[in-house]
Amino acid sequence: MSQLFDLSLTRVRDLLRSGEVTAEAATAACLDRIAATEPALDALLHVAGESALEQARAMDAAGPDAGRPLWGVPVTVKDVLATEGLPTTCGSRILENFVPVYDAHCVSRLKEAGAIIIGKANMDEFAMGSSTENSAYKITKNPWDTARVPGGSSGGSAASVAAGQCFASIGTDTGGSIRQPASFCGIVGLKPGYGRVSRRGLVAYGSSLDQAGPMTRTVADAALVLQVIAGHDPKDSTSIDAPVPDYLEAIQGASLKGLRLGLPEQYWGEGLSAEVDAACRGAVDLAASLGAEIVPVSLPHTEYAIATYYILAMAEASSNLARFDGVRYGLRSTKSVDLATMYTRSRCEGFGEEVMRRIMLGTYVLSAGYYDAYYRKAAQVRRLIRQDFLNALGKCDLICGPACPTTAFAIGENTADPLQMYLTDIFTISLNLSGLPGMSLPVGLGRDTGMPVGLQLFAGNLQEAPLLAAAAALEANLPAMPAPPIA
Amino acid sequence: MKISPEKALAIATLARLEISPEQAATLGSQMDDILGYMDKLNELDTADVEPMYTPVDQAGALRVDEVSREFSRAQILKNAPETDGQYFIVPRIV
Repeated sequence: MSQLFDLSLTRVRDLLRSGEVTAEAATAACLDRIAATEPALDALLHVAGESALEQARAMDAAGPDAGRPLWGVPVTVKDVLATEGLPTTCGSRILENFVPVYDAHCVSRLKEAGAIIIGKANMDEFAMGSSTENSAYKITKNPWDTARVPGGSSGGSAASVAAGQCFASIGTDTGGSIRQPASFCGIVGLKPGYGRVSRRGLVAYGSSLDQAGPMTRTVADAALVLQVIAGHDPKDSTSIDAPVPDYLEAIQGASLKGLRLGLPEQYWGEGLSAEVDAACRGAVDLAASLGAEIVPVSLPHTEYAIATYYILAMAEASSNLARFDGVRYGLRSTKSVDLATMYTRSRCEGFGEEVMRRIMLGTYVLSAGYYDAYYRKAAQVRRLIRQDFLNALGKCDLICGPACPTTAFAIGENTADPLQMYLTDIFTISLNLSGLPGMSLPVGLGRDTGMPVGLQLFAGNLQEAPLLAAAAALEANLPAMPAPPIA
Repeated sequence: MKISPEKALAIATLARLEISPEQAATLGSQMDDILGYMDKLNELDTADVEPMYTPVDQAGALRVDEVSREFSRAQILKNAPETDGQYFIVPRIV
């Protein structure tokens, strides 16, 4: 555990700042780790090797800059976020040769803070999936067991952080795509509240649900990264114009004493595997022993969340992905003879099966005669789901439940039946419908599979600071997570 | 069955996708399963519930409308499959 790549982001940040570690050494350590682990993991789609080292050497020549909170820290970014001069494929063939001419807002924030982007992380195509098996390029493996999935859709980000390829990654979460892979890979994953982080440059899947956030090895690391990427962006009209608190200060000396933790009955019963139940209950018992008050709460519309989510997400996806037409960017079919066949053939050659399925379903639920029955109906149920959260948060400070019903499943286990795969998202998707912030914290290994288990915490609007504080207090009292057994 | 293979082909046309008859049968049957599951929402009476299309309360906050040149023509055309250096080129329309 003493190797450079194993250190937490906050620790390496301090060593970089004091000059004990150079940016070049930190970057080289991550690139070496990538070279050693990528053959087994396939976590990254692009590696910025020499250019990252050049950047690091230039930074070393200028010397550490204490004003830049991520000075010299190598990070990876999910390939759905635009990176100027670095390919951005969204895990899709349709964007195979796409090189953005601008940075996503959160990427420019990272760069301004001094971070070095060393790689773009693999993902389910256009973030549609829960296992990273839907990538058009490769299937990422879980660093804890390479026969299992890392989760998805930010599976490349989760695997790269867990394996020490970088000190943090930015993932995106439309229905659990930060929290579920974080849980499967034994790392911290934070979905900020909707609007806390700008979506500019995040290639849209479900625009009313998408949110970018940190994936890190510790809670303090997540706080540090959120500090950098949060805040208003005049170019995203849905980004919230509210002050950003000092998240690192918020977690200093955090305590669980008197904190009311609400346990929704719908998250702790049927469908939950015994090992996840045991690990999560152990963490809740620990919280109680540290002074938290455990409060029963109810989220009565949970059973409707998956249907609601997939109707809305697919509707938004079918509209958002209409932009891929072979005209301005992306793949154009060489077999086209006229404009109409150019559109259809480019899209069919470029999109994978799950993306086509979701576009078709989204088109159907938005079409005349079905709009009210599906799309409008789902938007109404969405309000009921949000109200459930607000009611529960009237009785407690944070809501707490498992991140996923099981630990990481085997590669290929859920690919035959798309609906079965959707059902694995049961504990994560309601939060996106509500727009509230939440995170997954690793709480141990499942006693049956030996795979990581994540506990979720949900908070009220703009309450990322108390959310991080509670997670930090729990983390400080949990046994340290071992490093994954990847060589 | 809601989505016959013919219906699936019609939806694909609406979505500007081209699918084979075999794909239409498979996708139609998968869509049937998924839509069948979604019918669960009909258990709820939502007659008096205002639809929620976004979590943001103050959606539509606009910035000042100022003209600025952020990208050059070359940058905008950089990722296009076909250009003449001035415009995006598409198959002949008329």
